[in-house]
Amino acid sequence: MDFLQLFLELAQSTVRLSTPLILAALAGLFTERAGVFDIGLEGKMLGGAFAAGCVAFVAQSAMAGLLAAIVVSVLLSLVHGYASITQRGNQIVSGVAINFIVAGSTVILGEAWFHQGGRTPALAEGARFQAIELPFTEALRGVPLLGPIYADLISGHQALTYLAFLMVPASWWILYRTRFGLRLRAVGENPGAVDTAGISVIWMRYRGVICCGILCGIAGAYLSLAANAGWTKGMTAGKGYIALAALIFAKWRPVPVMFACLLFGFLDAFAIRYQSTPLPLIGKVPVQLMQALPYILTVVLLAGFIGKAIPPRAGGVPYVKER
Amino acid sequence: MGELAIELKGIDKSFGLVHANKDINLKVRKGTIHGIIGENGAGKSTLMSILYGFYQADRGEILVDGRAISIRDPNAAIAAGIGMVHQHFMLVENFTVLENVMLGAEDSWILNAGITKARAELKRLEKEYALEVDPDAVIEELPVGLQQRVEILKALYRKADILILDEPTGVLTPAEADHLFRILEQLKAQGKTVILITHKLREIMAITDEVSVMRRGEMVATRETDKTSVEELAELMVGRRVLLRVEKGAAHPGDVKLSVKNLTVRDGRGVTMVDDVSLDLRAGEIVGIAGVAGNGQSELLEAIAGIRRAVSGRVELNGRAIDVTGHADPAELRQRGLAHVPEDRHHVGLVLKFEESENAILGYHDDPKYRKGFILDVDAIRADAEEKIQKYDIRPPNARLKTANFSGGNQQKIVLAREMERGPDVLIIGQPTRGVDVGAIEFIHKRIIEMRDQGKAVLLVSVELDEIRALSDRILVMFAGRVVGERAPDASEGELGLLMAGVEGPKEAAQ
Ligand SMILES: Nc1ncnc2c1ncn2[C@@H]1O[C@H](COP(=O)(O)OP(=O)(O)OP(=O)(O)O)[C@@H](O)[C@H]1O
Ligand SMILES: [Mg+2]
Repeated sequence: MDFLQLFLELAQSTVRLSTPLILAALAGLFTERAGVFDIGLEGKMLGGAFAAGCVAFVAQSAMAGLLAAIVVSVLLSLVHGYASITQRGNQIVSGVAINFIVAGSTVILGEAWFHQGGRTPALAEGARFQAIELPFTEALRGVPLLGPIYADLISGHQALTYLAFLMVPASWWILYRTRFGLRLRAVGENPGAVDTAGISVIWMRYRGVICCGILCGIAGAYLSLAANAGWTKGMTAGKGYIALAALIFAKWRPVPVMFACLLFGFLDAFAIRYQSTPLPLIGKVPVQLMQALPYILTVVLLAGFIGKAIPPRAGGVPYVKER
Repeated sequence: MGELAIELKGIDKSFGLVHANKDINLKVRKGTIHGIIGENGAGKSTLMSILYGFYQADRGEILVDGRAISIRDPNAAIAAGIGMVHQHFMLVENFTVLENVMLGAEDSWILNAGITKARAELKRLEKEYALEVDPDAVIEELPVGLQQRVEILKALYRKADILILDEPTGVLTPAEADHLFRILEQLKAQGKTVILITHKLREIMAITDEVSVMRRGEMVATRETDKTSVEELAELMVGRRVLLRVEKGAAHPGDVKLSVKNLTVRDGRGVTMVDDVSLDLRAGEIVGIAGVAGNGQSELLEAIAGIRRAVSGRVELNGRAIDVTGHADPAELRQRGLAHVPEDRHHVGLVLKFEESENAILGYHDDPKYRKGFILDVDAIRADAEEKIQKYDIRPPNARLKTANFSGGNQQKIVLAREMERGPDVLIIGQPTRGVDVGAIEFIHKRIIEMRDQGKAVLLVSVELDEIRALSDRILVMFAGRVVGERAPDASEGELGLLMAGVEGPKEAAQ
């Protein structure tokens, strides 16, 4: 196979596999920048994927599925927000609890409603997101180098993939160029400063958490309506945690988040492509090792290469005025 | 009697069991500077935070410009024209000056338009009040004096007519404090009202029109500044006569306990902070290091205490070298008889989340008397803490209270009690009375002199020249990292001031 072809194939699947990571990591960005740590990205994505699978099947509409995913994920976020902002609970415990609850309850509900053993019914074409052919794809295919890149790498993805990549500059703009972003970042660094500036700390944090819910919902819908034809149990398979790793890796900044997710997406694509092909010199690499690579990479890079990742200073700490 | 800018009626506030404000009445006249003084923990910050809407009073009424209003949150206070500079700054440390000033007053949901306006407004304020700061500087890289300017700018940017300053001068050098007072005078001339909390009675006498005194949560008196005296205020504050002069006999210096030779220390960025400093500290004497903050005193203390590595030089404690350029071990130094009261008690001296009793033994927890085999002997630790609480009059007298819940002055006493009660040979102290009330200052000064009279060697660093002059037997002046002169404690303030400003050349350093 010629090299360009191989490259395009890997790049294509890298983009596909990074999409949910980017959405989830940006989700984490919004809540963690507001000072609410969220280990429950995984659970919210899975809950969203499940809701999308169910509703898209019943309503035979992908849009309805997406909406349902967002609603469910936002509701889960609000539970996390209530526990950690209003009740000042431990944010890690609350996030873990959400992961467990969603992992268990989706299986029970799925079985009760559809009796298909840990999956929702396969979705027909109309109830799923379709790949979008950008204009001039065929016309340009003949152009050397750029043609195939345009046709096979840039064109032909799902709407949600484009949305995910558009969300990167959008998040940057929101965070650094709007009033909301300024306040959001401030509340994650020093809620006292926000409070004395006459802004409600609680409300700001809830808004961060809701943004997180929306993006996680979209990430979930992508999994069950775009990447697959329905929900299967545990289909997030740790993507929420990888997104979290990418977030730390990127030091809570939107553009580096995208690159970190692309890197992890690439490792995933690479693992899938080569899991049965023996590599030169090394031979056959166990799949498990490949799958562990993103985590190993995070630890190694964090330890030595990218310097200290300083989380938002007030992150994980409930805001208490009167001790 | 002019009109009232602020009137508080029957303000009452409790934090759990702590009754911080008891039925407080206060009148502040428009266009005046009104001082508020009181011991540590008297409830000054609490009262002002209630006025600013940061805390909610349990009872009581607030009148601004004669109208009763409810201040439910800081927003309401800002709308009523009240601005506040908090005792512990409320700044987002990794934001720029501009972003901090704009936060909460951005004008529109897109920042750009507001940024242009804010820049222009900052320029104007800078001109009007001589409040220079680079709008694009990041807060954490600014010295505290400038950080405070940003806080003042924040209030002025929001068009505050009533400005509350909670212990603004605690962190300022004398020159910076003078500058601040000129700004306050200017605000007053413009008809604005200023409420100033401070522990420095001299400042109260110099700048305020009226002064109110709080004691243990109560408002005990309000006086016109012209018609009162430092002595009366001190007595009102503490509830007994306070000795404002330090009484001490002659020193009887003995052997050299601590000897520093050619010590050089650089900071993280490679800037030389301590430059070839040598000094000898003898048993039974107090050596004071005077100097404007930031001239290397802090680094000198830290290097001797073994918490900052020196580049070169030699330090001997009781005749034995300390490995200051390598791995000096603070725990070992403690065992060898060196005690250290760090300048920054919040970051270095205390673990604020610990109980008082735990902080009272911090660093000495290996001592067998606090242990039962492998585990800590909690009863012994608490008994020990109770004793120190009694002796140092730490309030509230509760060894099990979280340290964060003590007021600043009482936190300082916790550290002092811990370090002094060990009876070290050499005591090095940074800013012993920063943020501490007059009653406590009197006590701390007495204890320091007692230590000396017991034959201990004391090295004292303070930016308060009065304190240095009152306590020291010899004064070394530091400027730009060097010791630029040694003087007797009766040297005039002017002479020391010149040395501190680096006016007299460093030639004399060759002592
Ligand atoms: N947020 C809080 N939660 C609980 N207790 C508090 C809180 N703030 C203050 N206190 C307690 O209320 C009392 C009054 O504290 P406050 O800070 O008003 O004193 P202060 O007069 O400003 O003292 P200082 O001169 O040391 O600043 C103290 O006993 C303090 O421990
Ligand atoms: Mg105070």
